[in-house]
Amino acid sequence: MTDTAQIPDNAMHKSPNALAQTVRMLWHDKIALVAVVFLIIVMFCAIFGPSLLDDAATKQNLRGRNSPPFDLAKGWLFVLGGDALGRPLLARIIVASTNTIMVATGAVLFSMVIGSTLGLIAGYTKTRASQIILRLADVIMSFPSLLLAVIVLYMLSPSVTNIIIVLAITRIPIYLRTTRAEVLEIRERMFVQAARVMGASDVRIIFRHILPMVFPTLLTIATLDFAFVMLAESALSFLGIGIQPPEITWGLMVSQGRPYLTNAWWLSFWPGLAIILTTLSLNLVSNWMRVALDPVQRWRLEIKGKKQ
Amino acid sequence: MSPHLLEVRNLSVEFHTLHGQVKAVQGVSFHLDPGETLVILGESGSGKSVSASAVMNLIDMPPGEITSGEVLYRGKSLLEMPSEERRAINGARIAMIFQDPLAHLNPVYSVGWQIIEMMTTHGMPSDQAKRRAIELLGRVGIPDPEVRMKAYPHQFSGGQRQRLMIAMALALKPDILIADEPTTALDVTVQAQILALLKELQLETGMGLLLITHDLGVVAEVADNVVVMNAGEIVETGPAAEVYANPQHPYTKRLIAAAPGSGEMAEPLAASGQPLLRLENVTKNFGTIEALKDVSLTVMPGEIVAIVGESGSGKSTLAKTLLRLEEPTSGAAFYNGRDLFQMSPKELFGIRREIQMVFQDPTQSLNPRMSVYELISEAWAIHPEILPKVKWRDRVAELLELVGLSADHARRYPHQFSGGQRQRIAIARVLALEPKLVVCDEAVSALDVSIQAQVIDLLEGLRNEFGLSYIFIAHDLPVVRDFADRVVVMQQGRIVEEGTVREIFETPRDDYTRALLAASLDPDPAVQAKRRAARLEMEAARP
Repeated sequence: MTDTAQIPDNAMHKSPNALAQTVRMLWHDKIALVAVVFLIIVMFCAIFGPSLLDDAATKQNLRGRNSPPFDLAKGWLFVLGGDALGRPLLARIIVASTNTIMVATGAVLFSMVIGSTLGLIAGYTKTRASQIILRLADVIMSFPSLLLAVIVLYMLSPSVTNIIIVLAITRIPIYLRTTRAEVLEIRERMFVQAARVMGASDVRIIFRHILPMVFPTLLTIATLDFAFVMLAESALSFLGIGIQPPEITWGLMVSQGRPYLTNAWWLSFWPGLAIILTTLSLNLVSNWMRVALDPVQRWRLEIKGKKQ
Repeated sequence: MSPHLLEVRNLSVEFHTLHGQVKAVQGVSFHLDPGETLVILGESGSGKSVSASAVMNLIDMPPGEITSGEVLYRGKSLLEMPSEERRAINGARIAMIFQDPLAHLNPVYSVGWQIIEMMTTHGMPSDQAKRRAIELLGRVGIPDPEVRMKAYPHQFSGGQRQRLMIAMALALKPDILIADEPTTALDVTVQAQILALLKELQLETGMGLLLITHDLGVVAEVADNVVVMNAGEIVETGPAAEVYANPQHPYTKRLIAAAPGSGEMAEPLAASGQPLLRLENVTKNFGTIEALKDVSLTVMPGEIVAIVGESGSGKSTLAKTLLRLEEPTSGAAFYNGRDLFQMSPKELFGIRREIQMVFQDPTQSLNPRMSVYELISEAWAIHPEILPKVKWRDRVAELLELVGLSADHARRYPHQFSGGQRQRIAIARVLALEPKLVVCDEAVSALDVSIQAQVIDLLEGLRNEFGLSYIFIAHDLPVVRDFADRVVVMQQGRIVEEGTVREIFETPRDDYTRALLAASLDPDPAVQAKRRAARLEMEAARP
């Protein structure tokens, strides 16, 4: 019915430069652009925050206990208010971003790489290995993930690395099962057969033909998982087996502010907002990437640009 | 003068899309009388289905919009009718059957239940409905109707499912039956049976039949009058025989000229030298089912061997086995004297590039995430000995021009092309490997007739230029007649007959070949009328 051959694609033809094209497509989707800018700021905070603001974030000022936000009398660092020990919230949020992002990124990347690799193996081969992998995933899934984390962290010391590993392991089955299901379907598609007829090796078929088709799905799950991992980490911190004070994360800040919710809402609100905005931005960016990476959908971003 | 049974006047339908308005149908008018068969003929995108959908109120609005025109049923305007009144007409007075019956039968209910339900919702008592359902199933040729009533849609063959759809459509004795490509998904022998059934039922009930098709053969077989559509407009209309014999519009002329089955048959090649490929007693079992049984055939260099058969004849399994996508159960395939089936994966890799395959549906056989350049150059990434990387870009451009596309198409993606162009890309990719033998698995059957002719011409040109051999798998006999040197007829995993094109088409020896030929449809209504008479005679002669 639709004659897709007529879709204008000159915008794509003008510049073979992939980077310039990406920037242009991002420019056309303003919401995604804002999200990317926000994520860049978060990354900047995570990398340079501790070295710039560590002193300010840990210095107690008991006269500024629970000082309300939007009051510049105590200096610009107190613009978001102060916490229960009179430390400036803005500085603490910036410093806490390092641990938060590190744990979340680490756990998500780790589980995504391991999970999708195992999923590819399980989906692509029909051997005993795939059965073993699947049963392993069943075992992990049948165990409540937080309970597993609690047990492991109770036995091991609760360091950042251990938290990353524990959280990653509990999330592996999600990627594994999704990848396997998609691979099972894609490997029977005609273009995979066509590649096989051309003599393509298994490695080539997996990386050139199957993985690019699965990748957008994985990316979407990963961004959703990012929020889950951040919250799981704060739950662990709350139980006292996650990140330990004086180290801070956003999740820990939320739980530390909980006793004061009735008289000083800002203690929990600002770090909570940081979590929400970060995951929201990730979602928006992943949504944009799904479209931008798909040649069939890409014109949506090109067309939008034309009208403006 | 009494009003026509169905009349469509000056109908225009538009679709709102991101690229602005698309005029799917513009100013279309036609009419249908009781007992008449009107065929709307057109290629994909011509608006033929949209016209029929407007009659049945099946257009999604929005994005669709009927911008002008009227649809009159016995003089009453369907478009202005309240929706309740219209529902009473749809299904009961005007019924419709579709191309894919499986998609239109509910898989979780027995077919009897579905037919009965159709009648009871329109107010028939259930015991009467049950009797009528059994009667209908018997009428459309389902054996043991009382037992089969309780069966589910997946337990019927494709042809039987279409019979079920017809039974359902006729349940309430409609005045008009709209059939949208009712036989396109069916085998030729089944197609002939279904068309004959429709004709018989029409004689019995006196209903008007509105049939939509892309196939000139179907027009020749059933049509009284024909409406030819192109790009949303009616280009020609008139009695079927007249339109075929004396087409007025250039589009109709082109369509008739492009119809396969009228060209010169190829003279047999002078047998010379070693065969390129020799299959010996190839057998393939899936469990207890014998998909291939003792298949032996040879392909000479530069020869086009067509494998013809209906679905389930094992022709696609043969192609897959030959390419080692499936492992054979027993047998041998000697390619230049070496057995393909005994080769180790490493040896096979070297041979891979010499035996290539063009698939049926280019939409599925081209990776949607790769540009045309990537698709074609992948051949050299896999076989780097063919071409050094610096020459890839030039060679891709060269190949694209060879298959009738232009060099700057290389940067585009498959979805930006039409079906015919995509198949050209698939052919360019095959040529990149410089093969000696190309297996075409229904390579043109998904394409429109005029595009089909172009792709066939392209394949033939390449044979003459590079001395390629083809194994051409098809169910469409007229295409085979024009293109092949030799024909192999398969039935249920066996080769039943083998010979030159002339032998097969003029003096077929096997009963099955004869039945196939008798069932295939000629675009000429006069020829088709004779063929129909011959077929009836053959059936009458049978006990």
